[in-house]
Amino acid sequence: MNDWFAARRQRMLRLKVRREGERPFAPRLSASEPVFEQCPRCHAAVTRTQWDKNRMVCPECGFHRPVGAYRRLSMVLDEGTFQELDPDLTGTDPLNFPGYGEKLAGLRRRTGLREAAVTARGRIGGMPVIAAVLDSRFMMGSMGVAVGEKIARAAEAAEKARMPLVIFCASGGARMQEGILSLMQMGKTAAAVTRFREKGGLYIAYLTHPTTGGVTASFAMLGDITLAEPEALIGFAGPRVIEQTIGQTLPEGFQRAEYLQEHGFVDAVVPRAEMRNTLAKLLRLHQKGGVRRDAE
Amino acid sequence: MTQNDAIPAARRVALAREPGRPGVSGAVQTLFTDFFEQRGDRLCADDPAVLAGVGLFHGRPVTVLGTRKGADLEENLACHFGMPTPEGYRKALRAMEQAEKFGRPLLTFVDTPGAYPGLEAEARGQGAAIAACLARMSTLSVPLIAVIMGEGGSGGALALAMGNRVLMAENAVYSVLSPEGFASILWKDSSRAGEACGLMKLTAADLLELQVIDRVLPEPDGGAHTDPAAFWRTVDAALREELRRAEKLADPARHRQRRFRAMGNGWLCAGKETI
Repeated sequence: MNDWFAARRQRMLRLKVRREGERPFAPRLSASEPVFEQCPRCHAAVTRTQWDKNRMVCPECGFHRPVGAYRRLSMVLDEGTFQELDPDLTGTDPLNFPGYGEKLAGLRRRTGLREAAVTARGRIGGMPVIAAVLDSRFMMGSMGVAVGEKIARAAEAAEKARMPLVIFCASGGARMQEGILSLMQMGKTAAAVTRFREKGGLYIAYLTHPTTGGVTASFAMLGDITLAEPEALIGFAGPRVIEQTIGQTLPEGFQRAEYLQEHGFVDAVVPRAEMRNTLAKLLRLHQKGGVRRDAE
Repeated sequence: MTQNDAIPAARRVALAREPGRPGVSGAVQTLFTDFFEQRGDRLCADDPAVLAGVGLFHGRPVTVLGTRKGADLEENLACHFGMPTPEGYRKALRAMEQAEKFGRPLLTFVDTPGAYPGLEAEARGQGAAIAACLARMSTLSVPLIAVIMGEGGSGGALALAMGNRVLMAENAVYSVLSPEGFASILWKDSSRAGEACGLMKLTAADLLELQVIDRVLPEPDGGAHTDPAAFWRTVDAALREELRRAEKLADPARHRQRRFRAMGNGWLCAGKETI
């Protein structure tokens, strides 16, 4: 019976990944579609199958291409354990911002996502977790009311179920189109993860490209453990704003994951290939003297 | 509110940025006695853009915290025109810790275009410093009253403004980003800032309606800078009343968590109920 549910969950996640319509994962629809996709950085010709097998990391230069939220979950969660939380939770248009409603509708069609955050319950290396993923393809992963609420609910779910919380961040910051209410989500999410942590919960923040603005200045920088994907841009102010303010060009590697590690803000830069094993190890290390915290 | 209801948002932005506008330095001089300023973040520096200290408010000790822009050009430059660095936020964090330790209510006065966007600020963790302030404010067991005095710009303002009660001067503005930044991000054209002002819902009246703030402090005609003494009398009376009320809260930390937990929830669509 359990197997049946697991298989169903896995089918569900596979379907969601496919619906993300992500190249090169989407099946080739016709022979006219290209077999190769150039690496955006080193321009090596890489086949779609290679991208797929290599988790969207260039086999030539190690460049980490962005991955969609469901794809990320399918890479990190044990097979058959994915259970989405609040899949239909969305926001509205508090400022009646011109064009915002249409933009959301278009993105929902194109990406198969309802909002910029996906939250789920699952297992990594057999250990239960609550996971949240921000998806940079949906309005740059920006945080409006729905994203803030999903993150807060994920922290609350983790507290209630006594499970660790893992958040994969990727965000341009607060969502401009929802104005001040987006800013208030910083307070909401910071308070929610803080409450969870104060109750003894383990929160692992995994920062991916790009993590900036109001997300950096709230839950992204509040992890018990902070990991980052190689070369991910991580900062508060964007590089363009800083250049305009100080009137000079920024040094090579500024605000990259490695730079943050050097300056003491990231525990480890973890390549995507090691992501799953690193998370499993951290979860094992926090099992409190071998007593499973999830004993139900 | 008063006869000033009809002032357009763009005009309020200009009033909020008026150089002579009352701020935390004025508050220290008029509202508190025996004020002692505390300097430094105990890590590497002192950022004058954040003012922190202890004083007596009608005879009882309170922690005072605020952002300041400086009174002349030299001070303006030292304060980065009111944009705190991580050192400033870490000084604020120190003041919050002491408010907690000594059981003092925390009163904050916010007037900042935002956190300073600089190379060193990033290298020292601007985001992490602001996040730490938000996290700390969410758990403080003492009452916290925040007053948005002039500009409340972005996360740099929220970092001192997670109050049990948030008050706002009538001509102050509070927004996700400056109107210029907003226009620049959305339309790649910062000269459309005026247009942005009209859309952003950044005035005290708008924010009261959105339940982001709790109370508007009326200003004299022409703005608070035209008659600071009258304005400070208004602030004084409001703070006394708010503090009296906040001190009756059984659990100020939980109250604050709930207040921010509800932010924007009226604009959610739940779809069908899930796990």
